[in-house]
Amino acid sequence: MQTKYMNPYLAGFLLGLLLIATIYITGRGLGASGAVKSITIEAVNSVAPQHSVDAKFFKEYTETHEGSPLKSWLVFEVIGVLIGAFISGLVSDRLNFKLEKGPNIGSKVRIFGAITGGLLFGFGAQLGRGCTSGAALSGMGVLSTGGLLTMVAIFGGAYLFAYFFRKLWL
Amino acid sequence: MGPLVPDIISTDFNFIIALVIGALFGAILEQAGFSTSKKLVGLFYGYDFTVLRVFFTAGIVAMFGTIMLDHWGYLDLNLIYINPTYIGAAIVGGLIMGLGFVIGGFCPGTSVCAAAIGKIDAMYFIFGSVLGILFFAEGYPLWEGFYKDYNFGGIRVFDTLGMSQSLFAFLLTSVALLAFWGTSIIENKVNKVSKPAIRFTPYYLGLAGVGLFIAVSAFMFPPKKSGLLESVENIEYVNGYNLETMNLDEFAYRIIQKDKKMQIFDFRPYDEYKKMSLPNSISFSVDNFFEKEPNRLLTLRKRTNVIVANNELTERKIAVIAKELGYDNIEILRGGLESFISEIINFKNTTEPKNINEETTFKFREKASVVIPEMIKNNKPAGKVEKKLKRVVGGC
Repeated sequence: MQTKYMNPYLAGFLLGLLLIATIYITGRGLGASGAVKSITIEAVNSVAPQHSVDAKFFKEYTETHEGSPLKSWLVFEVIGVLIGAFISGLVSDRLNFKLEKGPNIGSKVRIFGAITGGLLFGFGAQLGRGCTSGAALSGMGVLSTGGLLTMVAIFGGAYLFAYFFRKLWL
Repeated sequence: MGPLVPDIISTDFNFIIALVIGALFGAILEQAGFSTSKKLVGLFYGYDFTVLRVFFTAGIVAMFGTIMLDHWGYLDLNLIYINPTYIGAAIVGGLIMGLGFVIGGFCPGTSVCAAAIGKIDAMYFIFGSVLGILFFAEGYPLWEGFYKDYNFGGIRVFDTLGMSQSLFAFLLTSVALLAFWGTSIIENKVNKVSKPAIRFTPYYLGLAGVGLFIAVSAFMFPPKKSGLLESVENIEYVNGYNLETMNLDEFAYRIIQKDKKMQIFDFRPYDEYKKMSLPNSISFSVDNFFEKEPNRLLTLRKRTNVIVANNELTERKIAVIAKELGYDNIEILRGGLESFISEIINFKNTTEPKNINEETTFKFREKASVVIPEMIKNNKPAGKVEKKLKRVVGGC
C-alpha cells in the first residue's frame, strides 16, 4: 500500500530550508533543465564533434564553460535528484513502471503529449534561462525580477492554455 | 561568511555537495507528490493545489532565509547568483514553458523525479526536453537576438517595483496566504468535499509559528552592521575600549624594514589615499568588513593589522567595529596619520635632546623623515582591496 504524501506546507518548508542551505553553501540556487542541457551538449559533442565546433550555440557554451559539460554542478545535482526520488519512492512503496495518463486518452496520445510538452519546456527553459526550479523557485528565493517574471509567465501561461488541453487530463 | 564555495569548500567537494543537495531535493519533491503528472496538473484544473502550496511556501521560506542571512551578515549577497533579467526572453520563455507544462504534465525537475520511480510518461518528457534544447541550439541564430535583448542584469524585484525589500516580502507573504486560503475553497468545490478551508490544528500553528519567527528575526532586530555603526558613535564607549596602539616610531621602523608581518589598512577616503599612500598599505572601508573577499586579509595568521586614518578617534571607532566583528591582531596608529606626518615625515629637530632616549629617537626620526617620503614617492598605491566580484555562475 502506498504511503500518503507529505503535508504540502511541510514539504514546502523543507524545500525552502534546502534552498537556503544551497544558496548559503554554493551561492546559487537549485536547478534542473541546466543538467538536461549539459547532457544534450555532451551528446552532440560525441556524436557530431565538428558540428559543436561550428554551431554558435555550442561555441558560446564551450567559451563560457570549462571542461566537460558533464562536470557541472547541476548534472551532479540531478543525479542526486534521481537517487533521492528513487529512495523516497522505495520507502513509500511507490516504485513501479507506469504510464500515467488522463482517463479519456490512449497511451499513444499521452506519449505524444509528454514528448511535445518536454520539447516545449526544454525550449522555453533555454529561452527563459531556467525552468521552474532554476528560474522560478530559485529566483523567488533571491527576489530576482527575471526569476519572478518567468514564474508568473510559466504559471500564467499554463492557466491560459489549460482550457484547451483539458481533454488530456480530465 | 557565505557562500562557502569556493574558499571554504573546494570545487571538487562541491560536486559531492551537489549530489547530496540533489538527493534531498528529489526526496522532498517525491514525498510531496511531485512524481505524478496528475497531481501536478491538478493545479491548472483546480482539483489539486499541492504544487502551489509547496512552491509558494518554499519560495517564501527561502526569501526570508536569504534576507535573514544577509541581515545578520552571514551571506555576501554580492557573490550570490541573481538570475539576470532579460524581460522579453523571460516572458516568452515562461509562456512556452507554461504551454509545455499543461501538455506534458511535468516540468524538468519533476520529470526527473517521476522518472526515478518508474513513470514512463516522465521518461518521454525528458526525451522531449532533450529535443527541445537541441531545437533551441540548432535554431539559435534565429532567436539569439531576442534571447539577448532587453537585458536589465541581476536586478531585484523590489527595486524594479520601487519599494523596500521588507514591504515586498510582506506583500508576497500576504498574497501567498490569501492564495492558500482561496485555492483550498476552490479545491473543495471542485472535488465536492466540504471541509473548512482553514483548520487551526496544532500542526499548522506550529509551522506558522516557526515561519513567523524566521520572518520576524529577519526584520525586528537591528542588523549587525547598523547596530555596530551606531555603537561607535558613543565616544565614551570607544575611548574606554581596550585597544592596542602602535607608537609612531615603531610604525615608521617597520615600514622602513619592509616588515611583511605588518598589514596597513588605510581607512582614509579613497582620493586621499590615491594622493599619498604608505608603502604596502591597502585602501579599506568599513563596508569591506562585511564582505567576504576583503575580510580574508584580516584573518591571515600571524599578522599585525594596523588601522590607519587621519586621526586616532576615527581609528578607534573602526578598530572597535573590527574587534566586535571578531577580528584579532588589530592595532591602531597612535595619534593617527596626522601625527605621523607631523612627527615623522615632517620631523624638524628643534629642541636639544634631554636624555639618551630622546637622542636615539631624534636620530631615528631624522633618518625616517628622509627615507619614508622617498618610499612613499616610489610606492605604487595598491588601490582598493580587491573584491573579486566573481558571482557564482548558476541558472539552468
